[in-house]
Amino acid sequence: MAEAGLVRSGGLRAERRLLLGAAMTGFFLAVALLSTIWTPHDVTAIDISARFQGSSWQSWLGRDHFGRDMLSMIMVGAANSLLVALVAVGIGAGLGVPLGLLAAARGGWLDELVMRCSDVAFAFPALLSAVMITALLGPGAVNSMIAIGIFNVPVFARLTRGAALSLWARDFVAAARAAGRGGIAISLEHILPNIASVLIVQATIQFALAILAEAGLSYLGLGTQPPQPSWGKMLNDAQTLLFTAPRLAIYPGLAIVFTVLGLNLLGDGLRDILDPRLRRAR
Amino acid sequence: MSIFLAQRLTILVFTLLAASLVVFVVLEVLPGDPAAMMLGVNAQEDTLAALRSQMGLDRPAWQRYLLWIAGLLQGDMGRSFTYDVPVRELVAERLAISLPLALLAMLLSAALAIPLGVLAAARRNGPGDLAIAVLAQVGIAVPNFWFAILLVLLFSVTLGWLPAGGFAGWDAGIAKALASLLLPVVALALPQAAILTRVTRSSVLEVLGEDYLRTARAKGLSRRAALWGHAVGNALIPVVTIMGLQFSFLLAGTVIIENVFYLPGLGRLLFQAIAQRDLIVVKDVVLLLAGAVVLVNFLVDLLYGVLDPRLRRSLRHG
Amino acid sequence: MIRQMGRGLAAMVLCGLLAGPLAAAEQGIVMGMVLEPPHLDPTAGAAAAIDEVVYANVFEGLTRIDRDGAVQPALAESWAVSDDGLTYRFNLHDGVTFHDGTPLTAADVVFSLERARADDSVNAQKALFEPIESVAADGDDSVVVTLKRPTGGFLFNLGWGDAVIVSPQTAADNKSTPIGTGPFKFRRWVKGDRVELERYDGHWAPPAKLPEATFKFISDPAAAAAAMLAGDVDAFANFPAPETLAQFEADPRFKVVIGSTEGETILATNNARPPFDDIRVRRAMAHALDRDAVILGAMFGYGTPIGSHFAPHHPAYVDLTGRYPHDLDAARALLAEAGYPDGFEATLKLPPPSYARRGGEIVAADLAKIGIRLELIPVEWAQWLEQVFTNKDYDLTIVSHTEPMDIGIYARDDYYFNYNNPAFKALMAGLAAETDEAGRYEILGEAQRMLAEDAVNGFIFQLAKHGVWNAKLGGLWENSPVQANDLTEVEWTE
Repeated sequence: MAEAGLVRSGGLRAERRLLLGAAMTGFFLAVALLSTIWTPHDVTAIDISARFQGSSWQSWLGRDHFGRDMLSMIMVGAANSLLVALVAVGIGAGLGVPLGLLAAARGGWLDELVMRCSDVAFAFPALLSAVMITALLGPGAVNSMIAIGIFNVPVFARLTRGAALSLWARDFVAAARAAGRGGIAISLEHILPNIASVLIVQATIQFALAILAEAGLSYLGLGTQPPQPSWGKMLNDAQTLLFTAPRLAIYPGLAIVFTVLGLNLLGDGLRDILDPRLRRAR
Repeated sequence: MSIFLAQRLTILVFTLLAASLVVFVVLEVLPGDPAAMMLGVNAQEDTLAALRSQMGLDRPAWQRYLLWIAGLLQGDMGRSFTYDVPVRELVAERLAISLPLALLAMLLSAALAIPLGVLAAARRNGPGDLAIAVLAQVGIAVPNFWFAILLVLLFSVTLGWLPAGGFAGWDAGIAKALASLLLPVVALALPQAAILTRVTRSSVLEVLGEDYLRTARAKGLSRRAALWGHAVGNALIPVVTIMGLQFSFLLAGTVIIENVFYLPGLGRLLFQAIAQRDLIVVKDVVLLLAGAVVLVNFLVDLLYGVLDPRLRRSLRHG
Repeated sequence: MIRQMGRGLAAMVLCGLLAGPLAAAEQGIVMGMVLEPPHLDPTAGAAAAIDEVVYANVFEGLTRIDRDGAVQPALAESWAVSDDGLTYRFNLHDGVTFHDGTPLTAADVVFSLERARADDSVNAQKALFEPIESVAADGDDSVVVTLKRPTGGFLFNLGWGDAVIVSPQTAADNKSTPIGTGPFKFRRWVKGDRVELERYDGHWAPPAKLPEATFKFISDPAAAAAAMLAGDVDAFANFPAPETLAQFEADPRFKVVIGSTEGETILATNNARPPFDDIRVRRAMAHALDRDAVILGAMFGYGTPIGSHFAPHHPAYVDLTGRYPHDLDAARALLAEAGYPDGFEATLKLPPPSYARRGGEIVAADLAKIGIRLELIPVEWAQWLEQVFTNKDYDLTIVSHTEPMDIGIYARDDYYFNYNNPAFKALMAGLAAETDEAGRYEILGEAQRMLAEDAVNGFIFQLAKHGVWNAKLGGLWENSPVQANDLTEVEWTE
């Protein structure tokens, strides 16, 4: 996000924030991975006779309008969110970082091209490009990965380019140049390792944003499709059931907040630890 | 300065053109037959063909693109397939909702964030700062549509104070219209406010450390005067910058919130047009939204160039 | 645009000041509708939404369908049919005028019918007019229609929204400014939001009780519930959120009236595509379908199970729900016999309504129990029309056919079910020729049985009409025998 360089968050000390964020993120990852091999109940089993049952020992969070166990739904929803966010950020970084490195290394018209293209890409808010793509290719998890991924590319490209450029001016790079190393080699051996921390921090933040975007898309019906559970879709289903069973709207939302919060804390914590230039004014 | 302006303007024009090309290319491939959509499930082939030629779907793509751009430059956004009215009218009607929604949300988020951010900076590392930081941290993790649902749960379902959705129309009276917009504006504003609070705080802190501020203090200004007079003023530059850059997210948020509350704004128009395969409306609205983002980014660029004293100094010399 | 917003602002201020005192006068109605019509000419489009706004309100035909599904006189105050069933003579009412003041003459009727059946007509139900040989005016207030062959349902067909009478001078603009002969005239259409009608004082029949009527378009179930509760909407003839009906039933401010529609909700099956071309597979699916689960889970209990493509409330209905009892073992046996002991994979395309999206999840879970693994593909109506209906590119889909008495679609060549049964076509031909009611009922019964035997589609349930309205309103239709929101008899009872 654009504010990456500007925010030094107050509140908890960096180490505590990092720990808390890591713990929350770790919990999310653990739940998501666990759900791939075990959930308390089968999420595809629809049992109308059991619908709207409240919390019980068999079903800790109760059951939804189809009789499915909320806890299992949230667990599998975590896995689906993880998958989409991972691939989306992967696409963004996988395409954006090389582009940024290339732009910084070559400069000139290539740099201009990359910058202008990312300007154009930024013109389409992630949701808008997602709406277009899913309207075009149809809704689904894969297409939302592409849509969110596309918007991540310019973010990583810009960030990489900016960070790389500042390094290109440094002495050790000039030395490598003088030694006859090519642009690509320099980028990989010298630039990339040094900007890795910035990229990791950004990736964490983008991961959180991707989770939010995925939830928004599935809320609108454009993301992960039933019968696969997704947090956004669960919230959409719950909206007309606010009169009947408000908890259907509360649990998935809490799951989203918990996960995104954890990731943000992790990202903030990492930034404060890894990026020395920000340590100045605390 | 004029070189700077000219440079930015060319980029603006280029970006807009490129965006329009992207929109056109992406949406030309859009599957779906508007004629079949209009005539319905039991229609016959000959009537479909008649309608298709009536709509001009038989011209080559590049011709349609150029006609479209030429029309846009003259303020003609074409005619909607489904509604058979100028798209300009449709857009104008919807803007009457989306624009107030976006602006009010922006105002509310700024009105909340700036004082809170300044407060947090002033009480840096104290309990107040901690509380605000925690609130802000949670605030950016809350999806705006979930927050909207919670607001509905509390204020509509439980308390019955505010409508859970829909827009009674400006004709139904200002009070009723604003009542319909209140929850959407709050839902949209709060995550933005959370982000802005953090930005404001750190920006104020950064400025508080600046040399010229120490000079102001040395001149004898009270801490409060130094804070509000100098710090906040200069701290606002990055805040305004971020507000501008956040604009694209605000627009995206407006689209979702309009769907949650079923407000007849641009976002809903977009979804309806997509569902109805109304290519012209979709192209125009997408380009309009993208264009708005580009324009705001351009203005932010200009503003930054103009307001930032360091940049201004270098521009005056360069 | 700026000017428009300035006007809007001024209007806002004025209305804010005036809203109070004006509200006390005679009250109109705000009727909620799920889908917005693409335009307002019922003779140029098949969207049910068009008829739901204008039928009987703005436009009238020679005959009309009343709340019980019976044919009633409308613009034709009487008619006479020749013995051979080929000549219909309609006598028009006196003093009928269009909303622009021009009187209705027989020439207008001739114009309307000729326009509908012309070669370049964009009428979506052109087939209804196909049996017409000629239309001629006899003086100013009589019309003679000659048919090519006797057509049993002709008077009913003339009652469809596609057969309303329009004025030659204004017909071309009916899409945006409809001019008809009905008790309400068109005032304004705010695209994407509402259509406003007001009472037409020059109407030939006793005037409508409501001074005005507004149709508000709210497709989102949550928003519909919100609008009802907030009083933004006075009535919803087809309320899209059955899950909230309990709330309204408990609230004395509202009346919930559950009626019937002509909507057969079916699991449409591509009979030409393997494995669905094997009757054993289709029968297996019929055995695995749990209708009650769909009705309860997707429609919260509102809806009637059906066993064939026919409305249960119709006198000719034959109850075939027991033809394939819910029996998973029988289903698995049939599948194994057909060569799929481990089931197979297929796609299920689902249009937007919740009977499809929610119902689809339940149906998929049902079929999964016998090994049929379905991929759920949500589509918008436009895509459904293109992919499923026109290109027949689908395996399974769930949709509700809401046109009345539409069992004849199974006889159409190239209909998207890909069901080609000469025996059924012969039945339908016989039906068209049969004018005796008992005879018609017998043929209809046979037709229903044939469809159930062949398990052409999965027949799930008849869509109920979930009517929710302000308890003080009277005169709204309980059932929906045609796609319409007839407001002619609606009034505030307090």
